[in-house]
Amino acid sequence: MILLMANVEKLCIISLLKEYGGLNMKNVKRRVSSLLLVSLLIICSTMGIVGCSSSKSSTTTDAASVEASQAAKLEKATVYVFVAASLKNSMTTIQDMYSKVQPNVTIVLNPDSSGTLKTQIDEGATCDIFFSAAMKQMNDLNTEGLIESSSIAKVLENQVVLIKPKGSTTPVTSFETITKAKNIALAGEDVPVGAYAREIFKSLGISDKVMAMEINQGANVTAVLAAITEGSNEVGVVYATDAASVASKIDIIASAPSGSLTTPVIYPVGLVKNKDASPAQTAAAKDFIAYLQTDEVTSIFTGYGFSKAK
Amino acid sequence: MNDIFSNIDWSPLWISLKTGIMATIIAFFLGILAARLVMRLDKKLKWILDGIFTLPLVLPPTVAGFFLLLLFSLRRPFGKYLYTQFDIKVVQTWTGCVIAAAVIAFPLMYRNARAAFEQVDISMIQSGRTLGLSEGKIFWKIVMPIASPGIASGTILAFARAIGEYGATSMLAGNILGKTRTIAVAIASETSAGNYDTAGIWVAIIVVMSFFIILSINMISGKGMKNIRQW
Repeated sequence: MILLMANVEKLCIISLLKEYGGLNMKNVKRRVSSLLLVSLLIICSTMGIVGCSSSKSSTTTDAASVEASQAAKLEKATVYVFVAASLKNSMTTIQDMYSKVQPNVTIVLNPDSSGTLKTQIDEGATCDIFFSAAMKQMNDLNTEGLIESSSIAKVLENQVVLIKPKGSTTPVTSFETITKAKNIALAGEDVPVGAYAREIFKSLGISDKVMAMEINQGANVTAVLAAITEGSNEVGVVYATDAASVASKIDIIASAPSGSLTTPVIYPVGLVKNKDASPAQTAAAKDFIAYLQTDEVTSIFTGYGFSKAK
Repeated sequence: MNDIFSNIDWSPLWISLKTGIMATIIAFFLGILAARLVMRLDKKLKWILDGIFTLPLVLPPTVAGFFLLLLFSLRRPFGKYLYTQFDIKVVQTWTGCVIAAAVIAFPLMYRNARAAFEQVDISMIQSGRTLGLSEGKIFWKIVMPIASPGIASGTILAFARAIGEYGATSMLAGNILGKTRTIAVAIASETSAGNYDTAGIWVAIIVVMSFFIILSINMISGKGMKNIRQW
């Protein structure tokens, strides 16, 4: 919406420039179209304001229902769950499953790089649950006092793998020989998978050589995966679960060498301190965190390629 | 603050400038050609082509990025052909930056050129023809001088748009430091990494650049504003 408005404003500027650029009076048509543009702009702005306020009012009515929650079915609530990009597919399935268990609770997912999500939570985004791809972001937020410390639980474990587009040829055969590639797709260092990759390179002693390569920096692991599936880069570092989700388009070259990752790839979940949450919302959030650790849900995660954290 | 300045990699500035200049040159010639073409067409075709040429201006830049990816991705037919036959790679290269910026800047040049040409007094052109001047001479010696304020403001707007382009560029050219990381992409990267200071420096640079660009637009189109009275 904002992009559209900006472009319409540009159109206004241009039509105004046209008017100033030439002073002859066959501009009647142009004045009419300028008026049309201005009215379109006003309509768009009002739509934008109405749209924003209507979504705000719907969340306040959700939050307004405050009654003692029953043991079986929870009260109507909306729970905001920020999840790492690599969890998007599995969490979408689990979101559907949960809506059948607790039909009054609406789960809103926000998948992105854990680094970006941490910044959003720092800056006060509405969030109840943070499901990160690394302990680092969770620990940082906990130190800042934004997480309910007792709620932090290690849920899943993942593997870091090196992939290439299916059927493409590359001299790279392992993490050690990654420097033979012409270019690589790597997530930024604030993205967990990017941090894990850099840790692997450091333990292999090839950090400097890798950083001197042509690196296409992805904003999150999904962007890195897309770069490989589209054939834009020769090799890339993603999670085993991401590789499994597009198995038909990529080939796995290698897994992280054993011992190269001192910190295992742990996915923790934690309750975010949300001052604006209603009691029903917090109760639903706690219930969802517990639900994520049930055997039923764990089997879904393992189906996607994760393993249960020890 | 000083250590941020010494650590900062200035390549996004040069990449943005190079991209802006190349994209503006492309948009300049294509925009003028397109304006001349559309002016000569009959009504229906004129409206359709005008719509197509203006689309990148009105649509979100990610739409342009989407179509460019479909065209140039190494997995799609045309991109594959370019790569296997001519060893030309558009995705994740500076070429991709230029193409994305040119596509987005083109409508600005096209519309300004068309507006400028449509305001040229036709009697000037016809007197040139009666005097026996060739079409080429008429274009360069009569039409272009008269249309020059509009053409100039179109060029400067196209340049401003090209250096500020983000959506299509990041989709097509990726984020490679030293090759395709423009100022806009650098701001997004640094902000998401939490480096607000570095991002802030880039924001300041591009704000100052854009401000001077707008100043020059106003100076040029100000030539037509002599008769406007303030109220």
